[in-house]
Amino acid sequence: MRALDHKLLRDFSGLKGQVAAIAVVIAAGVMTLIIAVTSLDAISYGQRAFYRDHDFADVFAELKRAPEYLAGRIAAIDGVNRVHTRVVAPVRLEIAGFDDPVSGQLISIPGGEQPPINSLHLREGRLPESGRADSVAVSEPFAEAHGLRAGDRLRAIINGRLETLTVSGIVLSPEYIYQLGPADLIPDYERFGVLWMNRRALGRAFDMDGAFNSVVLTLQAHADPEPVIAALDRLLADYGTLGAYARDEQVSHRILSQELDQLRVTSVILPTIFLGVSAFLLSVLMGRIVRNQRQQIAVLKAFGYSGAELIRHYAILTAAIVLVGVVLGVVLGGWAADWVAALYMQYFRFPETRFEVRPQVITLGAAVSGAAAMLGTWRAVREAAVLAPAVAMRPPAPATFRRSWLDRSRLRRWIDQPTRIILRNLGRHRIKASLSVLGIALSVALLVVGGYQFNAIDQLIDTQYRKVLKMDAIVHFNDVAPERAAAELRHYPGVEHVEPFRSVPVRLVHGVHDYRTAIEGMNRRPVLRGLIDRSGVDQELPESGLVLTDYLAEHLDARPGDLIDVEIKTGHRRTVQVPLAGVVSEPLGVSAYMARPALNRLMREGPAASGFWLSLDRSAETELFRELWDVPKVAGIGLIAQAEADIRGYIEDTMLGTMGVMLLLAVSIAFAVVYNSARIAFAERERELATLRVLGFGRGEVAWILVGELFVLTLLAIPLGWLLGTGLAWILTEAIEMDLFRIPFVISRQAYAMSAAGVLAAAVLSALLIAPRLARLDMVTALKSVE
Amino acid sequence: MAERTDSERPVVFEARGLTRVYHMGEVAIHALRGVDLDLYAGELVVMLGASGSGKSTLLNILGGLDAPTEGTIRYRGELLGDGGERELTSFRREHVGFVFQFYNMIPSLTALENVAVVTDIAREPMAPIEALRLVGLEDRADHFPSQLSGGEQQRVAIARAVAKRPAVLMCDEPTGALDSKTGIRVLEVIEQVNREVGTTTVVITHNAVIARMADRVVRLRDGLIDDIDHNAERAEPASLSW
Repeated sequence: MRALDHKLLRDFSGLKGQVAAIAVVIAAGVMTLIIAVTSLDAISYGQRAFYRDHDFADVFAELKRAPEYLAGRIAAIDGVNRVHTRVVAPVRLEIAGFDDPVSGQLISIPGGEQPPINSLHLREGRLPESGRADSVAVSEPFAEAHGLRAGDRLRAIINGRLETLTVSGIVLSPEYIYQLGPADLIPDYERFGVLWMNRRALGRAFDMDGAFNSVVLTLQAHADPEPVIAALDRLLADYGTLGAYARDEQVSHRILSQELDQLRVTSVILPTIFLGVSAFLLSVLMGRIVRNQRQQIAVLKAFGYSGAELIRHYAILTAAIVLVGVVLGVVLGGWAADWVAALYMQYFRFPETRFEVRPQVITLGAAVSGAAAMLGTWRAVREAAVLAPAVAMRPPAPATFRRSWLDRSRLRRWIDQPTRIILRNLGRHRIKASLSVLGIALSVALLVVGGYQFNAIDQLIDTQYRKVLKMDAIVHFNDVAPERAAAELRHYPGVEHVEPFRSVPVRLVHGVHDYRTAIEGMNRRPVLRGLIDRSGVDQELPESGLVLTDYLAEHLDARPGDLIDVEIKTGHRRTVQVPLAGVVSEPLGVSAYMARPALNRLMREGPAASGFWLSLDRSAETELFRELWDVPKVAGIGLIAQAEADIRGYIEDTMLGTMGVMLLLAVSIAFAVVYNSARIAFAERERELATLRVLGFGRGEVAWILVGELFVLTLLAIPLGWLLGTGLAWILTEAIEMDLFRIPFVISRQAYAMSAAGVLAAAVLSALLIAPRLARLDMVTALKSVE
Repeated sequence: MAERTDSERPVVFEARGLTRVYHMGEVAIHALRGVDLDLYAGELVVMLGASGSGKSTLLNILGGLDAPTEGTIRYRGELLGDGGERELTSFRREHVGFVFQFYNMIPSLTALENVAVVTDIAREPMAPIEALRLVGLEDRADHFPSQLSGGEQQRVAIARAVAKRPAVLMCDEPTGALDSKTGIRVLEVIEQVNREVGTTTVVITHNAVIARMADRVVRLRDGLIDDIDHNAERAEPASLSW
């Protein structure tokens, strides 16, 4: 081994504290990249494979009732590949030992066989045997929530008749990767389940013998779904269709796609932020380490080593450090990505996911870190190497210091000598000081980005559940109920206040944009439902005209006064134009609102309601649910407190899990940066500090020069970091808007305080770690040796 | 060795009209103001001068560590410094050995490895251990600089400088950081290398006593050569004292 290689090894192990700190910075950058890309890969692979292997439908339509022979005519539509007709019906379930109302969806399968489209993945047991009427396959998350196994029984009220069903097997469906109840935003596996039953049995129960009320199609490769949807709508027009739709409007697919879109965005933005910051810090840190060896570089040059050989030498040192960081990042990143993907798998159910860290991703992470480190190293080596060795070997010429305004001002009397040294140093080495400030500021910014979402999400949920959804429960009816049913409901136990609402499925069209949603009709100033503007102030619904969630108005590119085409998808199906009267600002969901009388007029009906909002005396809840559940018209009961807990759980699991990892990384980066700055500052100033000790300065005073500088830098960095962090948080907020929820752009005082506290703690810890070195400062050798 | 006159020895260095101006911060320093000097093969030259007289600058320029602002140097008849940085690097690599006042050891390398740093890139060098033996430190080969005394470090530095068998050995205040006893030991090693290997040796110092061990003594003042003396006889370093 060459002597220079020995030097490499010894430098590497001698710098181990700094190597570790730099490796952490690299690892953090690489980790974010791997977590984001790998969990994205795992989920999108799961989706693709499930769709492909289980023939996920391309087009869907629900209708009232159509004769089976229509299937042939549907199959004849241009572009259609396969057709599967079926019966889908709501069901109420009773599970032993579970008191809350449970609703479900029954879906037919051909007698004992897999459906040709949306086929099921069996986890356990088998499909219901052909001919059996009391046998169902149950969706896995629902079965898990209640501990159901093949062979277990449950009771169901099917079209008003109580039946006992046996679980034949546990399944997953590509239609319910995200298993959402009809009125829910977030899966509630305890209170909503999907069951598959033989077509004949289900047909009989719902009077659908030889008929169907749901149809799914697959398309020929490259066929455009739009003409197929139009043709299907024409065919089914007389059979009460709610309008055919493509995958992009299928609930599970839409939410999964949006989640994937969001992951795709964060998989670009977060790693860019982290890797970018870590690259910058890396280049600064490597530069300073190399600059510290300026005299050794000069000696080697004097002996005849060429600039290229020296750059190669330091490049290998840099590469070794980068390698440590990348390996650490890949291992920890792979492990964390596994964990993040598992969080998502609680909500998105796939038969299989492939978990694999792509080599390209590792290469990308290594390349960015490597390039940044090499840039810093190269610049520093070149700087030392272009100097004539004789010049480089001398300590640098004393820098030009000038008396500043501080020396002339009255403050002067209050500043002691060491503090003056600190201030003059910072003033003299403005570029170096600015880079240090920027480096620390970036880690403050990462802390702000990592921390702000925790508060923002609290605010989001508080707004939705304190200011928007003020009811305790929502009762949905099977059919439209007269408004006067409210009076009846008021007599149930524990009911304090009742308000009717009307919900009408529609497609809103404005120009080239459209969106499927429901118009919620309600009192103009509802008591149990808030309609708030951007600043959280309650608004009154206009007498007529449409009010949209601002996110939806933006999506439709519509402004108040614009006419919106409203395609009504139920009852007297027609398209009407309704002016947009205003927008409301809601963090969750995508809805449209109207005054209920106006909506009733639009529907050409009397004062009708789809359901009622209730405020309750919570102590009577159980009794109320039992009694309500016995009313056959009641299709479902939604509990707001439960929904709030569910959505909090969902966001905490998916987003905050990821953000928690990021916050941890931000903390590590902050510490690594501050510690390294302190270590390098110490190495650069060892002689100067020893000289001061020789001249009679105490240990404390000398330590203050170093520690004080560190703290001045940190204090300067904090406001800058807040500014940068706010900018990054804004970018992130804009990037992850989606139907399900919009994170408000609020950064709380706590988030700012936490980021400042984090970096100050890092500074204190670094100072403590440096302290023993200051105590050991060897005055004699430090002064004798130039090294 | 028979006494030879200057003209009998081949000229190694021919410096003509050397000037060097440094800019330190805001000040321009005229370190050399037009120096003419020849160095002959195998001789031991001591350059004397107060600090700031330009002796280190002259040594650095002769050794290819620095380039003159004006003037020319010929090394064995070839004009030096025409090929720029690359040529100077290979000149230093192949022909010059350096000894510095502060030893300039690589702190992370052992004594042996500090020598090997140079032999690794030299043509037909001595074995590093042989070079250490030359300075009497073969038993300290595995010590790190921090485990060696100043005198020992300087002897390692000499071993490092001569291990590549340089044509010329440049010593910049080699005893400047050492006590007199240790300093004399170092001078003995330098004298021994000059005598046994025949390396042209330049020692710069501000210590006039050391001049007695030289073939020739060059005195510098304010960037100019004041005078050049020939010693009739070189004194043994051991006989020196200060």
